[in-house]
This record gives sequence, structure tokens and C-alpha cells, in this order.
Amino acid sequence: MTSSVIHDATKQPAGSIETKNTTCYMCACRCGIRVTLRDNEVRYIQGNPEHPLNKGVICAKGASGIMKQYSPARLTKPLKRKEGAMRGDSEFEEISWDEAFDIMEERLAHIRATDPKKFTLLTGRDQMQALTGMWSKNYGTPNYSAHGGLCSVNMAAGMIYSIGGSFWEFGGPDLERAKLLVMIGTAEDHHSNPLKMELSKFKRNGGRLISVNPVRSGYSAIADEWIPIKPGTDNALFLAITRELIETGLYDREFLKDYSNSGQLVNCDESSEHHGMFVRMDINDPEEGCFDHQNQMWWDRHTNKAVRTHTEGADPFLMGEFTMPDGTPVKPSFQLLKESVEEYTAEWAEDVTGIPADTIRRLAHEMGIVARDEKIELPIAWTDTWGREHQSVTGNPVAFHAMRGLAAHSNGFQTIRGLSVLMSILGTIDRPGGFRHKAPFPRPIPPCPKTPTGPEGVKPNTPLGGMPLGFPASPEDLFLDEKNGPVRLDKGFSWEFPLSAHGLMQNAITNAWRGDPYKIDTMLIFMANMAWNSSMNTTGVRDMLRDKDENGEYKIPFLIVADAFHSETVAFADLVLPDTTYLERHDTISMLDRPISEYDGPVDSVRIPVVPPKGECKPFQDVLIELGSRLKLPAFTNADGSRKFKNYPEFVTNFETEPGSGIGFLAGWRGKGGEKFMKGEPNPKQWEMYEKNNCVFQYHLPVSFQYMRNWNQGYLTWAQEHRLTRYDEPINIHIYSEILQKFRLAAQGKRPGRQPPDHLRARVEEHFNPLPFYSETLEGQLTDTQKYPLNALTQRPMAMYHSWDSQNAWLRQIHAHNYMHVHPSLGDKHGFKDGDWIYVESMHGKVRCLARFSEAVEPGTIWTWNAVGKAKGAWNLSDDANESQQGFLLNHLIAEELPKNECGDHISNSDPVTGQAAWYDVRVRVYKAEDDADHSLPQFESMKVLPGMSTRRKWLGYFSGKFDKKGSK
Amino acid sequence: MTQLALIIDLNVCVGCSACVTSCKEWNTSGPAGFMSDDNPYQKDPTGTFFNRVQTYEVGEFPKTETVHFPKSCLHCEEPPCVPVCPTGASYKRELDGIVLVDYDKCIGCKYCSWACPYGAREIDEHQKVMKKCTLCVDRIYDETLPEAERKPACVLACPTNARLFGDVHDADSEVSELIRDQGGYQLMPEWGTQPSNHYLPRRKNKITIHKDELVRVDNPLNKEQKEHHKPVDGSVLDDNSFI
Repeated sequence: MTSSVIHDATKQPAGSIETKNTTCYMCACRCGIRVTLRDNEVRYIQGNPEHPLNKGVICAKGASGIMKQYSPARLTKPLKRKEGAMRGDSEFEEISWDEAFDIMEERLAHIRATDPKKFTLLTGRDQMQALTGMWSKNYGTPNYSAHGGLCSVNMAAGMIYSIGGSFWEFGGPDLERAKLLVMIGTAEDHHSNPLKMELSKFKRNGGRLISVNPVRSGYSAIADEWIPIKPGTDNALFLAITRELIETGLYDREFLKDYSNSGQLVNCDESSEHHGMFVRMDINDPEEGCFDHQNQMWWDRHTNKAVRTHTEGADPFLMGEFTMPDGTPVKPSFQLLKESVEEYTAEWAEDVTGIPADTIRRLAHEMGIVARDEKIELPIAWTDTWGREHQSVTGNPVAFHAMRGLAAHSNGFQTIRGLSVLMSILGTIDRPGGFRHKAPFPRPIPPCPKTPTGPEGVKPNTPLGGMPLGFPASPEDLFLDEKNGPVRLDKGFSWEFPLSAHGLMQNAITNAWRGDPYKIDTMLIFMANMAWNSSMNTTGVRDMLRDKDENGEYKIPFLIVADAFHSETVAFADLVLPDTTYLERHDTISMLDRPISEYDGPVDSVRIPVVPPKGECKPFQDVLIELGSRLKLPAFTNADGSRKFKNYPEFVTNFETEPGSGIGFLAGWRGKGGEKFMKGEPNPKQWEMYEKNNCVFQYHLPVSFQYMRNWNQGYLTWAQEHRLTRYDEPINIHIYSEILQKFRLAAQGKRPGRQPPDHLRARVEEHFNPLPFYSETLEGQLTDTQKYPLNALTQRPMAMYHSWDSQNAWLRQIHAHNYMHVHPSLGDKHGFKDGDWIYVESMHGKVRCLARFSEAVEPGTIWTWNAVGKAKGAWNLSDDANESQQGFLLNHLIAEELPKNECGDHISNSDPVTGQAAWYDVRVRVYKAEDDADHSLPQFESMKVLPGMSTRRKWLGYFSGKFDKKGSK
Repeated sequence: MTQLALIIDLNVCVGCSACVTSCKEWNTSGPAGFMSDDNPYQKDPTGTFFNRVQTYEVGEFPKTETVHFPKSCLHCEEPPCVPVCPTGASYKRELDGIVLVDYDKCIGCKYCSWACPYGAREIDEHQKVMKKCTLCVDRIYDETLPEAERKPACVLACPTNARLFGDVHDADSEVSELIRDQGGYQLMPEWGTQPSNHYLPRRKNKITIHKDELVRVDNPLNKEQKEHHKPVDGSVLDDNSFI
């Protein structure tokens, strides 16, 4: 029956409409969005159809930006802890920005003039490392960490030290041409929307998706095959597959010989101080400033003697043993790889991983045969760095994607080395259908940034004598004091974690509290929930933040927290700086940090304000510019002492890495008239030009520069001309890592120069293996696994990002509390049912939470969504909100330090190579909770609502243009 | 006769819920709104949504399948929610087959939500009327929108393109072709509701390996043999032949 309609379902409500394009920031994907306002309130946020990254799509979070913008959890006024109030009690008074700046200026100027390292800047999942890193360098403190060490530095370092690039925004699988995709340890990821788009097309084109993961959720749901695996054992799988590929001859010899160091001869004389290093020719007139002299040696198959690497007409043996004219026994790298994987049979790997040996062999065969027999030949001519012209680009269409499931283990670096070697022997690096880099990658192995190497790099009133974070190439690049110990608070770039390219934020608070390696004065925490999900041992960390010394002073004297929302960490601040939301500010997604490049060329983007800041919120970037100017940091000060930049947008337009370098934060529309890109004079109209262009700048490389870029002379010259890199030399894949071997030789006492302290020699020697190897996780080795047999993990859900979204009324209707997902056999064994309260306990602590049975998890693993659980009252949620009463945080079970062991009493629970936080190493047991259990544990004192926050409504009826006038009590 | 509908491709849905909140944000400020939320920052938040995604598990470990399952009003050809409505607020358009609610006539009696076997109908607790997916009828005919955007918000948002929109009565439309080619199916056909929305099932891609693909003449291991061998010791035929 149809009706004569009164209500018109098609008529748009009246109101004045305005539309602006900007960039989303509900996660780190940075999709282009189009924001429609009606009567000055946000009416609709859609994906911008013209944006190259997401091409009009948008995810659940992006589409919920309205509820982030109008959340009652917003901080709107600078706050100071009240005189006499205890830290953590949320007793704050409003102050003006002037007063806030005066306080910070006085304190930071004093620190800078006396001992700059007493100031530490920790930034969480911001996208501003270009600014915050540069600021810290200018200030002169070595204690700058962004989130990477906490997150997935292993993924970056493991691959960068192997192939000169990595996943996410640095590179990824070419799903347009791949036929087989193996996705490992991946839940949601921050390059999420493009991956979703590509996965869909890949599957519809008949591509085969294999997911290796202890859990079958998210993407794994649409996998053609799910391979459950025990957490932390992935390298056993990779090494067994590598062994099978070598044994059957399914590796791409032609690719390896030219494009990797597989044929290069390694000194096998154990008594030599060059043991395990490449033998090299002496060269007359070594090129000055050359990155890779390419004077390693091959053993030529045709002439049966040693020749210089890449000699024209020569063809190296990849296997065998040889003797150099001077008697040195040598073997090609690939021979050493073959020998090192000999023990990693499929049967051995079955015991370790839980994956049947036949499946492991079959996977190897699928990968090898698809790579070899389904080759792609693109008619693209290109010239390699040895002057040879190629008429086509070959691709082996086997692609991979991996994320934190591999990285967040103490054996993650070597695991990712194992994956990199596997991807390389399949011949898939920067080729169609395989892995492709994204600008600014590929970069040299290792990339050039280096920290200072000694305490002289830190001086009062002086910028840091090096970059705050970097990529060491040898022990001489470590950042050590006179006692061979760390200069950094988090002990990064020391013998405990030599290649800690992203720092170790997870240990900063503990180290500062303990005064080990030293006490600090001020900690500035930006967009990092350190008193909650961005710490291990959360309860302990919260106590440390509140702990006082025998004089009644806080052990960490001063805490500044900059955030847009009422996170758990805000309660612990002495000074609160209210940040703007992403709709209220300028931002840069910069080539100097993590841009949004595509495979075919560099892309960067910006955010522009769409609505005015709420209350007195000030963009944190402007706070840094103001503070930097007041402190007269060189980057922000003219020669005559006057202030250089009014605000952040002006800074972005005019800043150059060095006067006249032409390199700034934004690559697009440089030059006086915006006619240059990558390198060019500041353009005063740069922001306008971005705004006119969907806030994005994209450059498409000529097709002949788009592939094989590690060895593509055209690309490398272009990259050098446009100042992406200093060198235009080939970036040969490190199957064998001579860099790691240098550290190993130092540990063995064979190498002159810096060596580790004796108590760390064994650890460095073992873990700086130049070839990937399998070892059990450190925490696993120190745990009584009879008592704590299970692995506990977290995953990121697709509808929430970190702890950012419980203040979002719509997203929290998708995830209001988290369960511990367990296999039903655990319920049978320990007497609990689906939905019961259980305790989950590790050797460090325990939580009480709700169990949810699942067949989609391997029985030795339990898992939960990360950061859904919240502390009572945080995020302006009511005390009885599900997030705190039923939700829980797994972090309470995880310690930031390993139990006492022979390496030390307080060694970070991290990867010994990179300092990557080993989140997923924890071992637990489960048991039924009390019958009358009705809420999760631990619980915390309720967080108070702070001045400047708005009241929670009892119900919402969001209708843009009427929201702030309408609504209920 | 036109029957507009959605196709949900379960082969590529990864359960991200983009469709859930993009629908919410579009419709709460439009003629179908507002869509209220109760306890937005308190215990047990609950609100009006036209589209929800549930995730199911099928089977037992290790052969478990995980299925992400979005569901919204299926715009049935024989919609049971229409005849039960006492005021005639619930109606199906002749023009395009979209089933709608006339909010001005609806008295919020909820009969339609009892009649719908798919749970597609919800009462908005604050507007006190029954609400459901409108197939973004306020977008699809809106000529102020670019043509490519005259689609439901959920269809535009979906990152995996798991949601497709079109006329299932037009045999040449993309959606009709997909239903034919991919075995698109209706939910609970036994109810006789003739839902217009269809679901596309999972399709698995396998690789078959032939044993002889592992043994090849061009095996790179062959190149690791030295090209010349040393002479052998001991007796050979050549030395000992009599002619």
C-alpha cells in the first residue's frame, strides 16, 4: 500500500552550506576528506573523490569525525595543577596561554642553559616528527622519542637495513599485479583505506590471499587460506620456507646476483679481525664521499677466479667455498645463508609454529612457482646503475604485507630480516606484482641520519650535535658516554639497543623515575597516553608519575601534557595545553616525516582549518613555534635576535633545512611562482596552492623511473637532483648484513674500536647475527611457561585508533568494552563459560575481564582489542561506562623491563637490536573469577571533569546547525 | 519496474564499519534524521543506526571461517512491514521500490519492527517514529550532487567496494550481472519477502601445484656446479682399451 506522502524524504533541510577539502586525522592513514558545513557545524565528512590516496572512500572513524569534533572530552583551556594539589588528582585551575608560555619559557630556558638533556619530548601518534624532531634538535636535547620504538620500529629497521625501505607509508605490496599475497601479523593498519581498496580488486581479479595470524579477524576473514601460527614464531616459518626455496632451486638467481650481495665473498677466517666481513679489493683513487665503493668480490663461474663485484661479463657463484689468492678462505653470502638455514627444516618449524610441515613446504612451493612461472614483463625501458640498458621490467607476482604481529616481539628485528630475505630471494623487490617503494624510499642502507656519538653532542644553549634519531652503521655511530653507557634517557643507541632508530618511549618514564641513567627535570608529552595504553606496567607507571623523593619533590619534577582530549594522562600533568582537533588547524604530512607517497611518485599533503578552534585550544605546532621563538632557538630566530616566524603556517612556508637549501616541509609548489617541486625557494602562496588542489601534491615519476629504483640510474639521479638523497649509487640488497657483523665482531673482541661492556657481549654477539636466525623471545626464555603457557596479544580494531575514540559517541557504539577472546578449550580446561568473568595473569600482574569464546584463534593464544578499555571517568565518560567497568587494559600484565638476568637488573623488555617494545611476548594463564564478579580489575580513582570541558549530555540528536542550541540536559 | 537495491559482497567485506557511521552522519542531519543516541557517554550507549555490521564465526578451529555481515533494510518486493502499518506511514514507492517511513504519519507503534524478519526497523527513542534505511533517497535524485555521488552514503564510503547499488530489475545493470555471475542470494527466502538486497558469497582462490614444476632443467642450482672438474684417479676404460 502506498500512501499520499506528507513527509518529504528527499528534501534537504535548509541552511547555509560550505565545503572545504582537508585531510583526515582519525588515524595515520591521512585520507583526503571533503567536509561540508551547514550553519557552521559539520554536516558531512566524505572521502574526497579527487584524492589519490583514498579516491573518495572513508572508513568508520573518518565518517565519525563529527563526534570527535563535538566530544565533551575536549580540553579547551590551559590548566595548571593547583598549588598543594597532588599530581594525578586532577585538581587544576585555568590559566592564560601567556602564563602557560611564561612557565614553560622560564623552565626550559634554565634547562637549556644548564643541562639540555634534562628536558625530554615524547610524542605519540602525531604526524609531526618533522617539526618535533627539528625542534628538539634545535633545543639541544638528545631525549626526543616519537612513538616508533613503542610501536613497530622493527618493521622499519628490519627491512630498511635489508632492502632500503619498508611497509606502510614507506612501501607496500603491488596488489594491482600480484597473484599471490601473503599477509602476516596484520590487523588494522594505518595505511588502511588504500589497502582495503586494493585487496578488494586483488581478490576480484582472482588473486590468492593467504593470512598468517594467530587470529582470524578483520582482513583475515576474506583470506583464501588462514594459517594459524603461534605468536613470535614467524621467523621459523620464513626460515623454513627459505630453506625449501633454496633446496628446490625456486629462488630468483638472476635477480639475486645483480641486485643483492648474494654473490659477494665473505671472509671465513675465524682468526681474522675481518672475519665475517666482505673481502674487498684495494682500489686506487677511491671516490671521495662515495657511499658504497662496490669493491667487494665475486667468484666468477666462467674464469673460476675472484673478480670485482658486478664485473661486466662475470657471473658469480652463489654457493661454494673458495680461497682467495692471499689464502683467505671465503664463501659467497648466499652460501652462508644456505648453511645458516640448513637446520630450519619444515619439520623443525612445525614444532615451533604449530603449522604442519606439509603446509610449510606447500607455501614455499606456491610462492616459488608463482614467482618463477607467472612472471610479468612490462615494456618499460630502464638503465641500471652499471650502465646496462634493459628493455623491460620483470616482475615476480608474489607480494607480502606485514605489521606489528611480526614487529612487537623481542625477536622481531631478525624475523623481519627473515621476511626481507625471503622477499628478496623470490625476486620481488621494487618490481611489479611484488614489493614497491614509496618516496622518499629507497634510501641507502642504512639511511644517513646519525645521532651525535658522544656526550659532547649535548651542550648548553646549543643545538644537538647530530640528529635526535638515526641509523647507526657501526659501533662508532652509537651515542655513548665516557663510561660506554647511554647518553639518552631511554638508553637508545647504546649497547643495549644499538639500532634503536625510533627511540624507546616505553622506558622513558621508568628511567626518569629511577634516575637511571640520570634524573631529568621536565617531560613534555604530546598526543601520547603514557599513563594508560602507551605504557607497559601501567599501574606502576602511574605510581612513578606520582612518586616523590625523600625531600617531598616529585621524582619527575615537571610534566607538561599537550592533548586535545581528556585522556588518562592529562590527570598527571602539572601543565595542560589544550590542542586543537584536526578540523581546526594547519598540518603538514611531510616528506621529512611520513608522507603519503604512492608507488609511482612522491605525494605530500596538508590540513587546513575547516572550523575555528574551540575555546582557547591552540594547535601544538603553534605552541612549539611560540616556545621556540621565546627560547630563541636558532631555527626560529633571525640573526639580529628577532623572531623569525609568526606562526606555524608561516614557518612551513619559509623554513629551509639550511639557508638556501630549498628543502622545506612541503614539496609541492615551491619556487617563487610555485613552479618547482621537492627543492625550490619558499613560495608565499604555497598554502593557497595546496588548498586549491585538494590539499595534496602529487608527482608522477616518469614510467622508466618507477621500478627497480634501488638500481635504476634514472631514478637515483632524479632523486639526487631533487634532494631526496645524497647519493645516486645502487642500493644493493643486504642478504648478508655486514653492518650487523661489525657489531658482532665488536662483541667478540675481534674488532678494534668501540666494544660492548662485558655483561652485554654475549647478547650483542648472539643477536647481531648477519643472517636472520630464529630465537625464542627474551621474555619467553625468562618465563615459567609451564605456569604461564598462553600467549596474550592485542589487535587494533578497524573502528578505533589507539585510545582516541571512546569519547566518540558513535564509535563507542561499535566498541564500548573489550573481551578476552579465548578458544573454548580453555573454558573446558579451567571451568568457565562464554561470557564469564576470568582472571588473566602474567608473572607481572593480573586483570579481571570478560571471556568470549572464539574458534577463530589458535588455542594457545588469547587476544583482545587494544585500548578500548579505559580508566574510570577518563574521556569524560561516566563512572559506570562500559569502557572502565567491563573493558580492561592488557598493559597491566606487561612489564617494561625484563626480569633480572645476566645482562642486567633493568633491561628493557624490548628487541635487543632496536629497542622495539616487545608487547606480544607476554605469557599468561587464565582461570575463572569469583562468582559474584561484576566489573573488571584493576579499577582506578575516577577522573574528574576538568575546567573548560563541557557537560556530558544524556542523549544526543545530532543535526548540524542545531546541535549546540538543541540537545537535552 | 525499477527496483533499486544494494548488493553486499561478502567476499571482500572486511568488517570495518565504514557503512555504519557514514550512514549515520549523512542521515542524522538529513530528512531522515535526526538519529538519536542514548547514553552517548554513559553505560550501555545505544542509538539509531540504519545499518549494522555483525561478525560471525563458522566452523571449528582450524577450519574456522570469519564472516563480516552488514545488514540494513532489504527493501523487499513484498515488504511485510507495509501491510501491518495502521496509519499507512510505512510505504513502498512505485517509482523505484524503495520502502520508506512517512514520519508525519508514524505513531511509533512498532508493529512494523515485529513484522520485519530482518530486524531492519528501529524506533528512534527521541523522535518516537520508526526509522530505517532510505537507500539515501535524498542523495540519489539530488541534481546538485555530481552524478558519481548520487549514491547511498554507505556505497560511496565502503573502502573495499563491497556495497554496490543499482536496479535489480534491470537485467543489464551491474548489480543484476553480479547476482547472476556470482550466485547472489537473498536472506531467508522462506519468509516470502522477496528482499531486493542480495548478498554475494565467498569465493576462494586456490593454486594447484604440479610435481614436475618443482623439477626443472633451468634450475638455478645447476649453475652452482663448477664448470670444469679435476681429472679422476684410478683405472678408466680409455686407458685400458685394446684398439
